[in-house]
Amino acid sequence: MASGEPLTSSAYIVHHLTNLTVGQGFWTLHLDSLIVSGLLGLVAFLGMAKLASRATPGVPGKMQAFVEMLVSFIDQQVKDTYHGKSPLVTPMAITIFVWVLLMNAMDLIPVDFVPMLLGVAGVPYFKVVPTTDPNLTFGMSLSVFVVMIVMGFKVKGFGGFMHEVFTVPFGAKLAPVNLLFRLIEDIAKPISLSLRLFGNMYAGEMVFILIALLGLWQLPLALPWALFHILIITLQAFVFMMLTIVYMSMASESHG
Amino acid sequence: MNINATLIGEAIWFAVFIWITMKYVWPPLAKAMADRQKLIADGLAAGERGKHELELAGKRSADALRDAKAKAAEIIAAAEKRGAQMVEEAKLTAKVEADKVVVAAKAEIAQQVEQARAELRGRVADLAVAGAEQILKREVDAKAHAEMLTALKQEL
Repeated sequence: MASGEPLTSSAYIVHHLTNLTVGQGFWTLHLDSLIVSGLLGLVAFLGMAKLASRATPGVPGKMQAFVEMLVSFIDQQVKDTYHGKSPLVTPMAITIFVWVLLMNAMDLIPVDFVPMLLGVAGVPYFKVVPTTDPNLTFGMSLSVFVVMIVMGFKVKGFGGFMHEVFTVPFGAKLAPVNLLFRLIEDIAKPISLSLRLFGNMYAGEMVFILIALLGLWQLPLALPWALFHILIITLQAFVFMMLTIVYMSMASESHG
Repeated sequence: MNINATLIGEAIWFAVFIWITMKYVWPPLAKAMADRQKLIADGLAAGERGKHELELAGKRSADALRDAKAKAAEIIAAAEKRGAQMVEEAKLTAKVEADKVVVAAKAEIAQQVEQARAELRGRVADLAVAGAEQILKREVDAKAHAEMLTALKQEL
């Protein structure tokens, strides 16, 4: 926190919820979100790639066993839900789960730790949990949305896709209604996907900030909330992954 | 909550990480896991096969043992029989040989008796002639009495 500012509760909260930005207007970049999410992703995925390149079919090491357990768990979820052939779905599910889980886990770092540390170095603002930035959640959900639409066209063909858009669920006679329903359904998908994650993490972070305002009382409160929050961190990562798989399976299976 | 170009940046990060996972993380891990699954399945199958073979070998060895025992018993019985037969044969040969020896001895004895008898006959004739010479005290023509003496010899 920059010194000299009056330390009011609202100033404290607002400070914690302000991104480190560069640029103006639309071309503003949230450097904190981009850096934290990028670093976490690079460490996790390059680490996993290095490990996978040394993976043996023989007796696995501890790290390999752990990563295999994780990816085979995700692969099982994909196999249970998605019956298409796209080789993209399992890697995408793995990416989503691991990445979102790690970014959510940033919530467990005490709220003042990173901003204060960087404040000493002269960085005025730093929001350390990238999933509390709707830009990230929308970035992911819109990417998922694009993949979903492309997959729909690829699997069903243009004609099949359009047929489904205009005839499901009420048949060809009510084509405009079907189109409207389809539009609402498909637009709702990325919005609900991103806002669910954003809302949960934002609210969780907010509670951490409010607890941090309580002075000594934060000691007995922060720990239970952090423990409880572990559930939310994992659950939200799992839900994002699972819904993505479900959307992919809906895009590649005909429902009419 | 303001949407801006960060969204594009995050979408790019997302795409990059999906690409890394898709190219370098998932395929080798999936392959390693599938290979291991095959390895374990093969190992279990080999173990099962080994167990089965062991069972078969046990059965075969028991069979061989039983056969060997039967054959040994057979051989011993045959040997015993042959031994008895040989003893019997030897006995028979010995008896025949003994008989032969006895017969030969008897024949020799008879021959010797005959020889002694012939010798005696000759001597008896001489004795008779000498006795008659003594008794008659006169020239007796041996030639003239030879016929008579030969007749006497035959009587003996």
